[in-house]
Amino acid sequence: MMETEFTPWMSLAGGVLIGISAVLLMAFNGRIAGMTGIMTGILPPVSTDWPWRIAFLAGAVIGPVLFLVAGGAIPYAVPVSLPLLAFGGLIVGVGVYYGAGCTSGHGVCGMARLSPRSIAATVTFMIATGLTVYVIRHIAGI
Amino acid sequence: MQKVIFSALTGAIFGLGIAISGMANPAKVLNFFDIAGSWDPSLIFVMGGALITTGLGYLVVFGVRKKPVFDAAFHLPINKTIDARLVSGSAIFGVGWGIAGFCPGGAIPALGFGGVAVIAFVGAMIVGIVLARSIDGLRHKPAKAF
Repeated sequence: MMETEFTPWMSLAGGVLIGISAVLLMAFNGRIAGMTGIMTGILPPVSTDWPWRIAFLAGAVIGPVLFLVAGGAIPYAVPVSLPLLAFGGLIVGVGVYYGAGCTSGHGVCGMARLSPRSIAATVTFMIATGLTVYVIRHIAGI
Repeated sequence: MQKVIFSALTGAIFGLGIAISGMANPAKVLNFFDIAGSWDPSLIFVMGGALITTGLGYLVVFGVRKKPVFDAAFHLPINKTIDARLVSGSAIFGVGWGIAGFCPGGAIPALGFGGVAVIAFVGAMIVGIVLARSIDGLRHKPAKAF
C-alpha cells in the first residue's frame, strides 16, 4: 500500500475546473461532459458528430501536457500490475457501456442536474468500487 | 467549426482539472476508497468542487438560455428509468475502477503522461465498450452515443 498526500486545495481547484468545463460545454455546445458518452461516439458505429468529440478528447490529453511543459507537477503513481490494469479496463468498458456513464457523466453532470438515474448509478459504482478495494487490499491482501 | 474549437478548449480545461485534482492518479484514487487502510480523503474535494460548480452553472445556463450558443438545443439524456441494466452496469464499472484505479474520465487525461499503464487500461476499456456494444446490438438496436 502506498500513502498519498492529502491535497484538499489542489483537489478542490481541480474539481472546480472540471465543473467549469462541464458548464461551458453545456452553455456553448449543449453537451454533457461525460467521458463515456463522448468516447462511445467515436467508437464503431461512429456518430456523425464525431469532430467535437475527438476535439474534446484531444484537448483533455493536451491540457495536462501543456501544464507539465509550463512547469506544473502532476503526482502520478500506479500501484497496479499491467495484467490487472488491462483486466480492470475491460470491465470498466463493459460496465460504463451498460451503465450509460461514468464518474464525469453520472457523478458530476447527472448529479448536478439531480437526475435520479445518475444518483442511482453513482451510489452504485461508489459502493462497488469501495467494496472491490476492500476485498483486494484487506481480504485478498494484494 | 466554432463548436469543435470550443470543444477542444473545454476538453483541455477538463483534462487539466482531472490531472491536478488527483483523479488521474490511481494511487490516490484507490487510497480514497481505502477507508480501512491508507485513506486519502482528497477526492471528496474534487467531487464537491465539481458538483457545486456544475450545479450552480447549469442553473444559470438553463435559467438564462433556451438553447446553447452553438447548437439548436441542449442534448440531455431522455432515459429516466432506473433499471437492472443501469445498476448492474454501474456495479460492473465500480469493480473495474476498484481493480485498476482508473475511471474513463481519469484515464484519458493521463494518456499524455501516464506511460504504458494508462495505455493498457484505455486500450482494454475501448475493447470492453466495443464488445459490450456489439453484443448488445445482437439483441436490439445498440444504444446510440449518449
